[in-house]
Amino acid sequence: MRIEGEVSNLRRPPSGHVYFTLKDTKSQIRAVIFRNPYGAGKNGLTDFAVEEGMSIVCLARVTVYPPRGEYQLIIETVEPRGLGALQKAFEQLKTRLAAEGLFSAERKKRLPFLPQRIGVITSPSGAVIRDILIVTRRRFPSVDILIAPTRVQGAEASAEIVKAFGYLQLFDDIDVIIIARGGGSLEDLAPFNDEGVARAIAASRIPVISAVGHETDFTIADFTADLRAATPSAAAELAVPRRDELLNSLEGLRGRLTEHLRRQLKGRRESFTSLQQRLRDPQRRLIDARLTLDDYSERIKLAAIRRREMKSGELAGLALRLNYRDPRAVIEGNRAALRERRRLLQAAWERLLALQRNRAEGASAVLASLDPTAVLKRGYSIARRLPDGRIIRRAADTALGQEIEILIAEGKLGAKITRS
Amino acid sequence: MSKEKFEAMLAKLEELVHRMETGEMTLEESLAAFEEGIKLSRNCSKTLDEAQRKVEILLHDGEKLTSAPFAGADDEP
Repeated sequence: MRIEGEVSNLRRPPSGHVYFTLKDTKSQIRAVIFRNPYGAGKNGLTDFAVEEGMSIVCLARVTVYPPRGEYQLIIETVEPRGLGALQKAFEQLKTRLAAEGLFSAERKKRLPFLPQRIGVITSPSGAVIRDILIVTRRRFPSVDILIAPTRVQGAEASAEIVKAFGYLQLFDDIDVIIIARGGGSLEDLAPFNDEGVARAIAASRIPVISAVGHETDFTIADFTADLRAATPSAAAELAVPRRDELLNSLEGLRGRLTEHLRRQLKGRRESFTSLQQRLRDPQRRLIDARLTLDDYSERIKLAAIRRREMKSGELAGLALRLNYRDPRAVIEGNRAALRERRRLLQAAWERLLALQRNRAEGASAVLASLDPTAVLKRGYSIARRLPDGRIIRRAADTALGQEIEILIAEGKLGAKITRS
Repeated sequence: MSKEKFEAMLAKLEELVHRMETGEMTLEESLAAFEEGIKLSRNCSKTLDEAQRKVEILLHDGEKLTSAPFAGADDEP
C-alpha cells in the first residue's frame, strides 16, 4: 500500500533499523524501515534518510507487532514529499558528497587555455545551446563543438546526462565539457541535483564547466564541476579565450621581439662606430705629439721670460728697499743732525753769554750809579756817627758834642756837633 | 598544429621575449632567439587563423555512435 504522512518520534537504534511514527492530522501508526532488507539499491531512495518532521510517501505493508499487539508498517520504499522534502534531499546529498570530498578544490581539473573541441551536454533546442554557440563563435570562431543532446528535466534526464558524459569521454579531441541548462524550479533542476550526474561529472577525465540555472541557483552539478559559470553564456566565455586579445598579445610579443633585435643591432653598430673612431692613424698621433711639443716649448719659453721679468722687478724693488736703508745715509743724516745740534748749542751758548754780559754791564752801570764815591765826586758828602760809623740821616741821630766823621770825595774830615 | 600546444607556445614566446629583454644575450643568441620567437609567433598566428569551426551533434546510428553537422548552428555566417 501507498501511504503518506509526517515522521515523528524517530529513533535509530544501533541495529541500523529506523523506527518512527507516521502520522497525519487525524491518525498515527508505528513504522519501521529495516536496514537494507533486500540489498542495497533495491529501495527507491535508500540513500535518502528520513528525518523528524519530514513528509514522506512510502510503499509499505502492514504487519502486527506481537509483543504489543499493535499494527505497524514495514516500509519498503520511501521518498520525500513536497518542496521542503526536495530541499532536504538536496541538502543531504550535498552534505554527503562534500564529506566524501567530491567538491574539494584539489579535485578540480585545470581548464585548457584554448580548447580544441568543446563537448556541450544540454538540450539541442532552446536558448542555452544558441547562447553557447553565439558566444563561442564571437570569442574564438574556430573552436569545434560537439553537442551531446539530452533532456534537461524530467525523470529520464539524469540517466541521459550520465550517458552523455560517457560518450564524450570517447572523443580524444574534446578537452572541455560544458553542462548547461536554463533556470528553473528546484524540481526542474532535479536532474542536476542527481547523485549519478554528480558522480559522472566527478569521473570525467575531461574538465567540466557547469552552467545550470541562473546566478543564484547552485546545483550539485555546479559544486562537482571543475568550474561553475553563472549562465550558459558565461560558461562559453570561460571555455574559450578571445581570439582578438590573443592576436593582440601575439602582435605585442612579435613587436617586442623585433624591437629588441633592432635595438641590439643598433647598439652593436654604435659601439662599432665608436671603436672605429677611437682607432687612429699613428702618423696623426705623431703630428699631434709634435704639435703638443711645440706648444709646450713655446709655453716654457714664455714662462721663462715671464719669470725673469718678474724676478728683475722683484730685484729692483729689493734694491730700492736696500738703498732706502743705506747706513751711510743714516750716518750722514746723524752727522748733519749732530752738526745742527752743535750749531744750536753754540748759538744758545752765545746768546746766553750775551745775555749775561748785558746783565753784567747793566749791573755795573747800576753799581756805578750806586757807588757812593761817585756821589761824593759830585760834591755830596756822607756823615757818619762815631764810633759806630752809622750814617747820619736825621739830626736826631746825633747829639751835641758828638764826634762825627764826614766823608768827602777826597779824604775825610773829623767834626763835632756844635749846634743842632 | 594542435590547439593544445597553443598555450605552451605562447608561454614559450613570452618567456623568450622576456629573456631577450632582460638578459644579457650575445648578438648570436639574440638572433637565434629572434628566429625562434618569429617561428613561434607564426605558429601561434596560424592557430588563431584556423578555418571555420565545426559544430556537430552526437547521433546514435543503431548501436554506433556518430556525429553530424548541427542544424541549429545555421545562425553561423
